[in-house]
Amino acid sequence: MSALLEVTGVTKRYPGVVANDNISLTVNAGEVVALLGENGAGKSTLLKAVFGLIKPDSGEIKIGGTPIVFGDTAGVISRGVGMVHQHFQLVPVMTVAENIILGDEPRRGIFINKKAAHDEILALSKRYGLEVDPEAVIEDLPVGMQQRVEILKALRKDVKLLILDEPTAVLTPQEIDELLGVIRNLANSGVGIVLITHKLHEVMAVADRVVVLRGGKLVGATSPKETDEAGLAQMMVGRSVVLQVNRTEAKRGAVVLEVKNLQVRDDRKILSVKGVDLSLHKGEILGVAGVEGNGQRELVEAICGMRHREAGEVLINGVATKDMQPHAVHEAGISHIPEDREKHGLVANYSIADNLVLNQFDQAPFAKGWVRNLAEVAENAISTVEKFDIRTPSAFNTASSLSGGNKQKVVVARELSEELPVLVAAQPTRGVDVGSIEFIHNQLISARDKGAAVLLVSAELDEILSLSDRIAVMSDGKIVAIVESKDADRNYIGRLMAGLKE
Amino acid sequence: MKMLSKRNGYYLVAILATSFFYFNGADVTTSVYATGTVFALPLALAAMVGIMCERTGIVNIGIEGTMLLSAFVAFFVASLTQNIIIGLIAAIFTGSMMGLILAVMAVSWRMDQIIAGTIINILATGLTSFLYVQGKTIPSVFQSFEVPLLSKIPFFGPVLFIHGALTFLGLAIILALYVAIYHTTWGLRSRAVGEHPSSADTAGVSVARLRYINVTIAGAVGGIAGSYLALELVGSFERGFIAGKGFTALALMIFGRWNPLGALAAAMFFGLAQAYANQLMIDQIVNIPSQFTAALPYVMTIVVLTISAGKVRPPAAEGQPYEKGQA
Repeated sequence: MSALLEVTGVTKRYPGVVANDNISLTVNAGEVVALLGENGAGKSTLLKAVFGLIKPDSGEIKIGGTPIVFGDTAGVISRGVGMVHQHFQLVPVMTVAENIILGDEPRRGIFINKKAAHDEILALSKRYGLEVDPEAVIEDLPVGMQQRVEILKALRKDVKLLILDEPTAVLTPQEIDELLGVIRNLANSGVGIVLITHKLHEVMAVADRVVVLRGGKLVGATSPKETDEAGLAQMMVGRSVVLQVNRTEAKRGAVVLEVKNLQVRDDRKILSVKGVDLSLHKGEILGVAGVEGNGQRELVEAICGMRHREAGEVLINGVATKDMQPHAVHEAGISHIPEDREKHGLVANYSIADNLVLNQFDQAPFAKGWVRNLAEVAENAISTVEKFDIRTPSAFNTASSLSGGNKQKVVVARELSEELPVLVAAQPTRGVDVGSIEFIHNQLISARDKGAAVLLVSAELDEILSLSDRIAVMSDGKIVAIVESKDADRNYIGRLMAGLKE
Repeated sequence: MKMLSKRNGYYLVAILATSFFYFNGADVTTSVYATGTVFALPLALAAMVGIMCERTGIVNIGIEGTMLLSAFVAFFVASLTQNIIIGLIAAIFTGSMMGLILAVMAVSWRMDQIIAGTIINILATGLTSFLYVQGKTIPSVFQSFEVPLLSKIPFFGPVLFIHGALTFLGLAIILALYVAIYHTTWGLRSRAVGEHPSSADTAGVSVARLRYINVTIAGAVGGIAGSYLALELVGSFERGFIAGKGFTALALMIFGRWNPLGALAAAMFFGLAQAYANQLMIDQIVNIPSQFTAALPYVMTIVVLTISAGKVRPPAAEGQPYEKGQA
């Protein structure tokens, strides 16, 4: 029997980079193959080639023994390949049912058989234990639910090979556990699975084999039995990575940021921050732990002036900041690494150089009066790209050309460049590879050591535990406890996050 | 509460106003509405061209030019062959070719779509001015006929069922397009391509192919709209014959929120305003300069539609070229 997927010598060049350099791999039925690599290592490119979305410059891709034709995505799908894309491929204004049937609709004559579609989706969702409402409109659904729709879409045609491109990047820990369960079950039922992820513990938990890409080349293959997380990290990055952050005792100074009785509504106008008090000292990292969706996003946005404060105030060095004026809040001394780098962190069509000075493009040395000083902007860009190891052929390419982790480095570099008294970092390492995570963590610690007050919000409890000096646990819109990190107990915090009383 | 939604409110006002006028003078009201339908039809059809294109993400500001060149071809081919059917077919062909040219520029060459549309308009103006000859005539126009039985219904009969063949064809196209957009696979795929092309691409729907098909068919519809003016409503052709209808149609498309029936309603409103303005001029009820009465439909349309339009949301991928594999 031939392998489900056979990739032989695939090479794909983009201007300035070789995204895939002579890559070969196979996937058999019933196994989970984890594809690891740093951001920009070429994983997404390889999978797009497998899916017929891009044409490799050379090499061959066979599915079930027969080669695929470039551009024939429909043909690839019909041979039993399903793909869950990193960026959801869902039409926001359409319903779940419409999104799932798109491309192969149940018909009655020339019309769509909406009843049949509805029933089919209910049956599908029951079969895989992934509950969805077929008539819900995508844009009204939380990301975890959208992810589920994306998976159902991929599973619809009796898939033999399922490709998941960073499926857990936007999920909560519970949703991740659920998803890993689904993946294991599918594999046990004979589906071949390719899983791309940055989270090494997921790889250890679910993969049968691991294939590692670095700089577009296949650098190694192993299995979770033969290695551990540190070993995998080393293969990915090409050097040993310190997964544990080294930090010294905080030198806590005066209170810099004060949040008093803050109340904020979410997009659906429901009160989601229900009276939060926080005080953040100079030279410390205060971590906000919590299951996503418990008001952290709204809290951060309200502090940074991006969301209306229903009640309460935010003070910097005792001075109240203005509501709904991000620029004024920034001037008052808060820099912000936003949760959604694509939407709030970067201007996708601007160059990396321009993105790096978004916060001070109108100030010296980047501007003189009304005129921008482009030489300074360029110089700053070149040195920052070097210092932050932003992987790009040129600092003048657009930000959209960067991979996720490198985009995040641009945001972090920019927000740290001013050395403002307060740094608010929301999910600073989401969707970022281990090498970059280590780097970003060190940057946060060094910002702290230089005297910044850092508010770190993260859904990754491990990240909170390893970086924070104090930990605030947020649940249902309230801070339910604040503990010193040396007294922090993982289980205790986990219980508080889940909303359990002590 | 749902009964009293904003939209239903507008319907209610429209029905009340119509009945008020009707009971104050049945004949005049009926004839105004019939005229209004005649004025509305080319606009509504032109709006369909826009809807078909924009639903798949292509902005078409070349509707004006498509209609102009089609009307020209319709009239002169009909005149040369002395057969209006051949004129119509030639116009439909011309319209499709204009659509195809737009598709080549916008889809294959990934040109800026506003510029591509402008090229279509300039091309049409130039060609028609250059090739125009005076004094040609066509044997007849598409004559009005009464649909048996249906035309006997009071009010609705004369308004909807006594027209020339192209009016009926146009109305049929609008209804068919409405059903097609919301209930067929073609409609679902078109909307997906216009909203989020990479979703369609990854689901195995060819974005480029669908855009080509839709823009070309839309061009054919534009050909019918042009023929309607030349071969049914007016029966002649002059330079600058379309007089901005192709652009008005884009506004009506937006007011109708890219929904064929919505655009038809907006076009009906505009047509009625124009018919009433004509009636005012004929009746000379008020003694004001005719320029003001002539401007009335435009003013009313701007006011009413601005108030009623609210926040509109165009197809998300409108105007953006798509490259395969760009996710």
